[in-house]
Amino acid sequence: MNTATKQATAVISAEARPVSGAWAQDARADAARRLAQMGLPTRRDEYWKWTRPDSLIAAVPDAAAVFDYEGEPPVFHQIDRLTIVFVDGVFDATASDDLSGEGIEIERLADATAADIHWAKDLYGVLEARGQNPVARPLAAYNTAMATDGVVIRVTGEVSRPVSLFYRHEDATSDAVLHHVIRLEEGAKLTLLENGAAAARFSKVCEVDVADGAEFHHIRAQGRDHERQAITHMFARLGVESVFKSFTMTVNGRLTRNECVIEFLGDDATAHVAGAALGDGADGAFHHDDTVFITHDAVASESRQVFKKVLKNGAKGVFQGKILVKPDAQKTDGYQKSQSLLLDDDASFQAKPELEIYADDVICSHGSTSGAIDEEALFYLRSRGVPAHIATDLLVLAFLADAIDEIEDDTIAAEINDRLDAWLARHRG
Amino acid sequence: MLKINNLHVKLEEEDKRILKGVDLEVPAGSVHAIMGPNGSGKSTLSYVLSGRDGYEVIEGNATLEGEDLLEMEPEERAAAGLFLAFQYPVEIPGVGNMTFLRTAVNAQRKARGEEEMSAADFLKFIRAKAKELKIDAEMLKRPVNVGFSGGEKKRNEILQMAMLEPKMCILDETDSGLDVDAMKLVSDGVNALRDQGRAFLVITHYQRLLDHIKPDVVHIMADGRIVKSGGPELALEVETNGYADILAEMEVEA
Ligand SMILES: Nc1ncnc2c1ncn2[C@@H]1O[C@H](COP(=O)(O)OP(=O)(O)O)[C@@H](O)[C@H]1O
Ligand SMILES: [Mg+2]
Repeated sequence: MNTATKQATAVISAEARPVSGAWAQDARADAARRLAQMGLPTRRDEYWKWTRPDSLIAAVPDAAAVFDYEGEPPVFHQIDRLTIVFVDGVFDATASDDLSGEGIEIERLADATAADIHWAKDLYGVLEARGQNPVARPLAAYNTAMATDGVVIRVTGEVSRPVSLFYRHEDATSDAVLHHVIRLEEGAKLTLLENGAAAARFSKVCEVDVADGAEFHHIRAQGRDHERQAITHMFARLGVESVFKSFTMTVNGRLTRNECVIEFLGDDATAHVAGAALGDGADGAFHHDDTVFITHDAVASESRQVFKKVLKNGAKGVFQGKILVKPDAQKTDGYQKSQSLLLDDDASFQAKPELEIYADDVICSHGSTSGAIDEEALFYLRSRGVPAHIATDLLVLAFLADAIDEIEDDTIAAEINDRLDAWLARHRG
Repeated sequence: MLKINNLHVKLEEEDKRILKGVDLEVPAGSVHAIMGPNGSGKSTLSYVLSGRDGYEVIEGNATLEGEDLLEMEPEERAAAGLFLAFQYPVEIPGVGNMTFLRTAVNAQRKARGEEEMSAADFLKFIRAKAKELKIDAEMLKRPVNVGFSGGEKKRNEILQMAMLEPKMCILDETDSGLDVDAMKLVSDGVNALRDQGRAFLVITHYQRLLDHIKPDVVHIMADGRIVKSGGPELALEVETNGYADILAEMEVEA
């Protein structure tokens, strides 16, 4: 038996799964069954061709050195927010703020799963299970079965300050499995911030249910620790006239795969998913994979995918993005852009943009490009006295601008821009 | 100010010689014009002087106030006081015109060991210069040259020149594509900068521009060399008779 199968079998055994109340026990058992049916990912799977799953499913994670911030404030720490801290995947009550606020209920996952009945029952593992079709996402099922911690958030109004999940990484060998469930009731509004490396290996699932007229904004920065590995899934279900916006900045990590699965169920809703990834293979391997699946099953919904990658010194980028338009999803407006800027010949980018359309009155487009710095523009800037490295940074930030523009809050966008700028300054030459 | 001595240049990628022994001296305080048929090497000369990639100097040299230009990086040449108004200004999507200019001004100041300009001072400075060139605030906010008309691009070049206050200004066909009013604006912009410490090299096809910017010396360039130099009347001769006579005359001499 190889490790993958061994691990899958271990998950299926009820003893291996975290102790939970009855409903959660069932949800975990269902997930384990799903996983057993799908099997763990292999390189023969269509959507794992370009990203090796081996280190994500190995019994023991590769060790990852912990980044020393040396006084540098982590991303978002200067923004007024409600902070929830996890250290190597374990909720830290002392470091976290009081989990109460106007228009919001926050509980620890373990408390919710211990309860006999809980509203989270309708979502935990439910959106994940919906997202398994037509493309299997075994590592998400694994997460549902095995998640040891997380938060359960219900938003009933407009929350005045962002909720920030800060994932501290302290143990070089930690293996964290977190699962969050978020429900935005009708007309509610929430901004969720996430940052930090979390663990040597991090598995995270976030299920978000955005009810009619609700708005969910998500901005994430995946930490400074270069050796960490992460597999994350976002499953979202959108109601009528709801808004979902998610932006991710990734500037480190040996291996990162971010999957985002969005389903439009209500008419006139909007979903934008964006990412800016900067990778320098000189720090050790860098592999970043954005895998997105958007299903339009409602009328007049708008989806945008804007993914930008800047890669050098052997850094690798992968984009797999699909827009599926169901037969009755008329007036769908779907747009997908995935571009990479390769700063040298060693960097590589692979893209698989897909459109599958069954309705006739739709506008859908996709564009995937990869190219080098524009030499003409570079010379023009230098001829005005701008040194080559600053000119290059300006052009790189200009390339990333479309993705950063997807962040609605100007303060947060400026913070992200500063971090990208700082990364560029650290990685010159 | 600018001294070019027997400059021979070929394309890096091909065995094609473009400049075949250019000699030129532009003293401080003067305006020199270069005219010449298309393809004679005028733009190549301006690119080689400003440090663009793709050319190989096989012989000769060029100095700016005695300093070897050809050894410097493009940004060092700019900091040393060289400026080229491009024949085809480059569009840079995603980089705001204002950000671009502030970065350039401050980078040059830094290179010269001067203090950077504060945001407020810079704003005041650019507003005044833009107003003179009838460049509106909206154009400053747009990405560099993106969606600019031909005339706007050329005015934007002159705005950059006015902001950077270079010592040696090369204008490569800045008049082409300009209507009469824009030509006047651009010429006024150039004339405002004329002073004893500064020199201009104006590349043009037309006498028209030289009516506004009066040159001290006019050079005719053909097949990679300066074939004839003279006073402003040389430009008039070209305007009436074209290059044919001058070139024929050269043939005879050769
Ligand atoms: N990068 C290049 N690749 C190929 N040919 C070039 C290049 N740059 C210049 N040339 C050639 O060199 C000659 C001079 O061009 P140019 O300097 O643009 O002339 P001008 O500005 O006087 O019209 C032309 O024959 C042109 O085609
Ligand atoms: Mg030319």
